[in-house]
Amino acid sequence: MSLAFDLALCALILGAAGLAVAGRNLFGSVVFYIVYGVLIALAWVSLGAADVALAEAAIGAGVTGVLLIGAWQGMKDAGGLEAEITQSLPVRVLAGLGAAALGGLIGFAILSLPGHEGLTGPVAENQPAVNLGNPVTAVLLSFRAYDTLLETLVLSAALAAVWSLTPAGLWGGIPGPKHTTRPDGVMASFGRLLPPLGLLVAVYLVWAGADQPGGAFQAGTVLAAVWILIVLAGLRDEPRLSSLTLRVIVIAGPLVFLGAALAGALSGLALGYPEGHARTLILIIEYALTLSIAATLALLIAGPARRAP
Amino acid sequence: MNLLFALVALPLLFMLASLVAGRHGPRLIWLAAPLMTGLAVWLAMVVHTAPEGGALGGWPVPLGIMLEADGLAAALMMASAITAAITGLFALGSYGTTRAETTGSYTFWPLFYGLWAAVNAVLVSRDLFNLYVAIELLSICAVALAAFGSRKAAMDYLMIALAGSLAYLLGVVLIFAAVGTLDLSLIAERAPEARTSILIGAALISAGLIAKTALFPLHGWLPPAHGAAPPAVSALLSALVVKASFVILLRVWFEALPGLTEQAIITGFGMLGAAAILYGSALALRQEGLKALIAYSTVAQLGYLFLVFPLAGGGETITPWAAGAWGAMGFHASAHMLAKAGLFLAAGLMIHASGNGRMDGLTGLARAMPVTTLAFALCAVSLMGLPPSGGFMAKYLMLIASLASGQWPYALVILAGGLMAAAYLFRPLARMFAGNETPAITPLAHRWLPLAPLALAIAAMALGLLSAAPYELMASGLPEAGEAGLEEVEP
Repeated sequence: MSLAFDLALCALILGAAGLAVAGRNLFGSVVFYIVYGVLIALAWVSLGAADVALAEAAIGAGVTGVLLIGAWQGMKDAGGLEAEITQSLPVRVLAGLGAAALGGLIGFAILSLPGHEGLTGPVAENQPAVNLGNPVTAVLLSFRAYDTLLETLVLSAALAAVWSLTPAGLWGGIPGPKHTTRPDGVMASFGRLLPPLGLLVAVYLVWAGADQPGGAFQAGTVLAAVWILIVLAGLRDEPRLSSLTLRVIVIAGPLVFLGAALAGALSGLALGYPEGHARTLILIIEYALTLSIAATLALLIAGPARRAP
Repeated sequence: MNLLFALVALPLLFMLASLVAGRHGPRLIWLAAPLMTGLAVWLAMVVHTAPEGGALGGWPVPLGIMLEADGLAAALMMASAITAAITGLFALGSYGTTRAETTGSYTFWPLFYGLWAAVNAVLVSRDLFNLYVAIELLSICAVALAAFGSRKAAMDYLMIALAGSLAYLLGVVLIFAAVGTLDLSLIAERAPEARTSILIGAALISAGLIAKTALFPLHGWLPPAHGAAPPAVSALLSALVVKASFVILLRVWFEALPGLTEQAIITGFGMLGAAAILYGSALALRQEGLKALIAYSTVAQLGYLFLVFPLAGGGETITPWAAGAWGAMGFHASAHMLAKAGLFLAAGLMIHASGNGRMDGLTGLARAMPVTTLAFALCAVSLMGLPPSGGFMAKYLMLIASLASGQWPYALVILAGGLMAAAYLFRPLARMFAGNETPAITPLAHRWLPLAPLALAIAAMALGLLSAAPYELMASGLPEAGEAGLEEVEP
């Protein structure tokens, strides 16, 4: 893309970041943070990294934005917004100077980089061995599958962490408030209109992910959004957290991934796929992961149980 | 390599199993404890002859990820397996109910196994980004477990842990951009090409890891978080979690960037370590709460680990004492794991029994709880560095290394730290034996529970009594820089 577009985008990113940090109004800061996420996603598109752009838009702007708005709502309900938190001037000046110094140091480090090519070459060379068109998927599910495996389990651990905050007596209950909407209202229409489209997009993203930008994380996020929309529209309530089906869906993806890795270890090579079957196995793992990531993200947003079972 | 992967993958499998096992989840520890300890022993036997490792999925570096266990990793793996297994069994007392699911009895176990897997992942990884993922898993589990005690302390811990992670990640990005690889050995080969950027990256990495390790002066979050958590959680946090970020720091400086380390950096780490020993001990002396005392003792004991930088890495000529200092650090890390976990478990039982977490609640407890008191005393002996414990071996080797290398101020700090540890640990011990009456105590959840801290105390003693084999193990597969001094390695 043109230089003018890139420069304008950079200015907008800096502006949104500045407003998110400097804003006095907390809700305004959250909104600018979401805008910032969308702009960063555009920057990734401009850099030709469509996979990262999708992930940034879905998780950086979308999921994080929803979580931040939820946190803001929680603080408002608890009366936490009234408490004015302002640091004294010397503290603010020191923090500003510290941040400027750190920024300058990092800028200096980046400018003095020797300019390395990275691993694009080795990835392209080895990609045919796993028979995947999308280099990002090849890295995530084969070359560095170990990182991805641990990341998916980080999500499961985060869910256990959120659930550990359940108040005594509500264990196994239902998260969040019950949503009701007017049957002819905007939310209800959205709730009917968008989920089928979302499903279509999610299925496309995971289907295309093997050879084009997309994949389990992006598709899972879209599916989670569909779930949240259905709950918000009052069409279905959140599930009970004691439900075994729900828990099986949450662990299915990580379990399939871990199982494949351990099966590899038993046959001699941990995280190795049998010759000629890499693509098939990777696709199975991706589909299972999509479901589990969707359920985990939706449950992370729903939070711990707030209503008795 | 498959064994190394299994040591990470199996706790993860237990984590997933406990998520679906519902009220039967706590029982999994009866399988996990012997299995993981057995695998760790197997690893130590394998590594005793040669370092074990390989490329995951058959993809060589820099494309793929290498796992490797040197002597230090195998020794720490064994100490952490014993600590985690015994602490897990002990936790059955609090989170072991199988009648019905509760928040605690369900969520403790996945977080516990996640923490265990993350510690093992850190010990065997040779890849900077993979280490980041491992400490992310570790931080999430550790913070959530800390919240079992105090939510406020856990929130402060979360903020520090996240800031530390971001600083670490930023440093990793800079190093990757500079040399195009994340593998520790390849970074060591290519580092001189981009010295400036790499040193700035390493500074960010170090700052992040120091915050996560709670090295003085970034230790403020540790005593509230470790002191307020339930005993099993305090044991895991103090024994295992802070060691993991230290091991990464060690790998970065001794294995990835040995040629770039300057005397100022080495001295800086040494000074911070010495300050941590003196400051943490002084504050431990002033605590009235038993668990707060043990938590401040962790701040002090972590300082000793950082003395490995000047003792093994400093000096101007080839340093034959460096291997001794490296072994001392390994001994200290292992002995502190066992003894500190034992102290926290014993203290937890005493606080439960007396219903009082302050020093004066301990009066006469030795008569009511002889086994727990014995465990407490043996662990205290190891922390003070008295023979025949593992802690004694550690401090003895450190003293030799500091005197042999002419860095006698560190010898004074080590001696002062030992004396202060004796002073602050003698206070609760004296209380336990004070008076003539046997105090009435609340019965424990299970009468076998005191055996857990006792087993940890015996393990800490055994480390000193049978020190030859672990010393050989820790010195085997020593990184070149750990043997010859940081500045001596030609990159």
